[in-house]
Amino acid sequence: MTEQIIFYILAIVIAVFSILAVTSKQVVRSATYLLFVLLGTAGIYMLLNYYFLFAVQVSVYAGGIMVLFIMAIFLTHKPGIDVNPQDSWKVKSSAVLSLAGLVLCGYIILNNVTRVYRFIKGDELQMQDIGTAMMGTNKYQYLLPFEVISVLLLACIVGAILIARKDNGNDENINKLD
Amino acid sequence: MGEFLINAGGPIPMIGFQIVSLIMFFAGIYGFFTRRNLIMILISVELILNAVDINFAVFNRYLYPDQMEGLFFALFGIAIAACETAVAIAIIINVYRNFGNADVDNIKHLKG
Amino acid sequence: MEYTLFILLFPLASFLIVGLLSNKLSHKASGLIGTTSLTVVTLLSYYTAWAYFTTQKIDGVYQSLTVLNTTWLRVGANLHIDMGILLDPISVMMLVVISTVSLMVHIYSLGYMKGEVGFQRYYSFLSLFTFSMMGLVLATNIFQMYIFWELVGVSSYLLIGFYYTKPAAIAASKKAFIVTRFADMFFLIGILVLSYFTQTFDFGILMSGDASIFSSAIGSSFLGASALVWAMALIFIGGAGKSAMFPLHIWLPDAMEGPTPVSALIHAATMVVAGVYLVARLFPIYIGFTPEVLHGIAYVGAFTSLFAAIIAIAQTDIKRVLAFSTISQIGFMMVALGVSKLEGHEGLGYMSSMFHLFTHAMFKALLFLGAGSIIHAVHSNEMKDMGSLRKYMPVTHWTFLIACLAIAGIPPFSGFVSKDEILTAAFHFSNGMGIWMTVTAGLTAFYMFRLYYNIFWGKATNYTHIPHESPVSMTFPLVFLAIPTVLGGFIPFGHFVTADRADYTIHLDWTIATVSIILAVVGIVIATVLYRKPSDVPNRIANSIRGFHQAAYHRFYIDEIYLFITKKIIFNCVSRPLAWFDRHIVDGFINGLASATDWVSIRIRGFQSGEIQWYAYVFLFGTLLITALLLFI
Repeated sequence: MTEQIIFYILAIVIAVFSILAVTSKQVVRSATYLLFVLLGTAGIYMLLNYYFLFAVQVSVYAGGIMVLFIMAIFLTHKPGIDVNPQDSWKVKSSAVLSLAGLVLCGYIILNNVTRVYRFIKGDELQMQDIGTAMMGTNKYQYLLPFEVISVLLLACIVGAILIARKDNGNDENINKLD
Repeated sequence: MGEFLINAGGPIPMIGFQIVSLIMFFAGIYGFFTRRNLIMILISVELILNAVDINFAVFNRYLYPDQMEGLFFALFGIAIAACETAVAIAIIINVYRNFGNADVDNIKHLKG
Repeated sequence: MEYTLFILLFPLASFLIVGLLSNKLSHKASGLIGTTSLTVVTLLSYYTAWAYFTTQKIDGVYQSLTVLNTTWLRVGANLHIDMGILLDPISVMMLVVISTVSLMVHIYSLGYMKGEVGFQRYYSFLSLFTFSMMGLVLATNIFQMYIFWELVGVSSYLLIGFYYTKPAAIAASKKAFIVTRFADMFFLIGILVLSYFTQTFDFGILMSGDASIFSSAIGSSFLGASALVWAMALIFIGGAGKSAMFPLHIWLPDAMEGPTPVSALIHAATMVVAGVYLVARLFPIYIGFTPEVLHGIAYVGAFTSLFAAIIAIAQTDIKRVLAFSTISQIGFMMVALGVSKLEGHEGLGYMSSMFHLFTHAMFKALLFLGAGSIIHAVHSNEMKDMGSLRKYMPVTHWTFLIACLAIAGIPPFSGFVSKDEILTAAFHFSNGMGIWMTVTAGLTAFYMFRLYYNIFWGKATNYTHIPHESPVSMTFPLVFLAIPTVLGGFIPFGHFVTADRADYTIHLDWTIATVSIILAVVGIVIATVLYRKPSDVPNRIANSIRGFHQAAYHRFYIDEIYLFITKKIIFNCVSRPLAWFDRHIVDGFINGLASATDWVSIRIRGFQSGEIQWYAYVFLFGTLLITALLLFI
């Protein structure tokens, strides 16, 4: 029972705030609404008994990425200037298309998904299992993607620094790095 | 639809989660098409990615509770979203430096 | 007889050598090369004639000898175009005529064209013409003859337009080429119709007397006449164009813009008789299957004869008089062919036509070369600038007189015999035709002697440059050509060239001969009275029939009619609409395609605008569309 109530609250939060995030005129408000959406998503994960995923969501997404966003917003905006809206026909046509997509996907889901599920309130997922799966090299175990992701993260960090570096006219620095 | 209200005390049906993720997904798409500012477009992209993560988790939990594929997919998805956000923000900062604002119309033209 | 190949190759070689090396050869060298090669050709032709006429008679009938015949082009299953050399009485006779006249013209041009710009070009074109004409007469099949026919037309164009800086010469050469080309279009259609039905081009097969090959041609008919009649009539039209029959005669007077030796060679002796040669060559088909076409040929020839003779009386340019005289005499030859039949005495027309061709070539070339000599001395073409020239140019005078007597038909000169035979044949056909041709013969005598007296007698003009006799290079050909003019009548032509190839002894019908001699003498006497001493009588006569005289002087306005038809009718009603169609509809269509492409591309430029949101929008739209299609269809 409580599960259901919590679920409805979370669902309404997510829906309302995601729509608000994409229609508000000010960037900071949009970012804040996104934060709420992310926290709501974390709650969803908790409902599904995926505690590890919940933790990762809160720390990485809501914690790391949102901070990044806020920083970026303050770096790229002159204060006081609002965002100009798009042409109205673009807004209308996008709304129509999105609604159409929504209806189509909703129809597919409603037709197919209701038939096949079973819910087994099983054991909690043990952290040891997750860890073994992450570090293992057998079938269904994820060591290789893990390593690859780490390399990707490194590349992204270096890349981001390189792209966003300020060119102070230090030509020797450029030449050294090339 | 009546299942939502009637099954009081029962498990939440899968379709509930699906609807949530659906709304989030298309809200993100709408935002991607409509927004002027690059940061706002990025926010919309985050929404989309999040919706997909929820979807994976739900499918995993409800259809294959013994396996962990969906969990790991969502996990890696979050990691990749983080990388991509970092690089995108670096680019947006560059755009801001060159043009003075972060409008998406600035990046329409090819060089020359 | 394989040496006959050299008769074709020598002129071709000298054409190429003199033509390609023209800048490096001096005048003397090119003249020498041309003349030497022609001397060899002439000697070879004489030898061939002697060899042929003495050895090829079997059972009293001359055989056609095919020296060589190689397949050049295969068209379809049965048709093939060959290249070869055919010797038979008329082709051998033509060889003699062409080579003699051509050699005389080559020698004459050494003196006449001395110092002219383009001397080497002139000699190379003369060799080209000789080569083409030889190829035409030696052709083994009708398509080869057509090829050389066109080549002869090209040589004529090049030589008429020799003085290419003169607008009148260019216009004349274009006119000649276009008129003959227009006639050749009909010739080609005739050839194609004929060969479609008979499945062959070869003269041997066509002339073999085998009627079966013509059966399909006679069977199918078009607009009331059988296909064979159409084919032979169309072929004749081609010949009529080349031989300047009415109404395709308009190019020949204008062709006198070329140098006089060219007029002598091409437009008097050789090229213009190509049409007569064609009819003679195809004579067995004409007489055997389409005699009505032959009668048509006779009527056309007769009308042309009288028409040209009347115009010649009123001309003042000596070359124009000679040109119209040529047209008239060719008319005589066509009439003779037209009234002829095949066997023995009935083939008189054929034999006399060929005989007249031979003698006419000799004396007409002599007349033209003499006219050239006169023009060279007086520096003008008009009769009013000449007079009493007999005192200054004796050789020219006497040879010109001999030629005039020959063409007038005074015995015992060659022209008398050949013309008399034609008149006899005409009377055999119908009295009307005979009387018509006799009257024309009388007119011939009159205008030729009008010409003679106006040049050599008449008024004593004060010449600013005293005219002097021409150099030996020019008088030698005159004398040489005078010999066959005088003695040609004594050749027993019936032994050599007849319709059925058998022997035929020429009899003179003295009734007709006497009448024609009397008429000729009357014409000469009238001319003497009017023109020997300067007098006012000709002008008074001309004024009394003023309208007619003016019309004759302007050649009966045929040229103006042609110009009217082409400019007002064809250009305005056919060419202009077609040009409009081409410019606006055809071009407009293409331009329209281009501008439509342009319009479309401007409209769809937005697809590649660089706006990412638009790209994503389209992407999503496409995805949803495909999903929907897959789900619901």
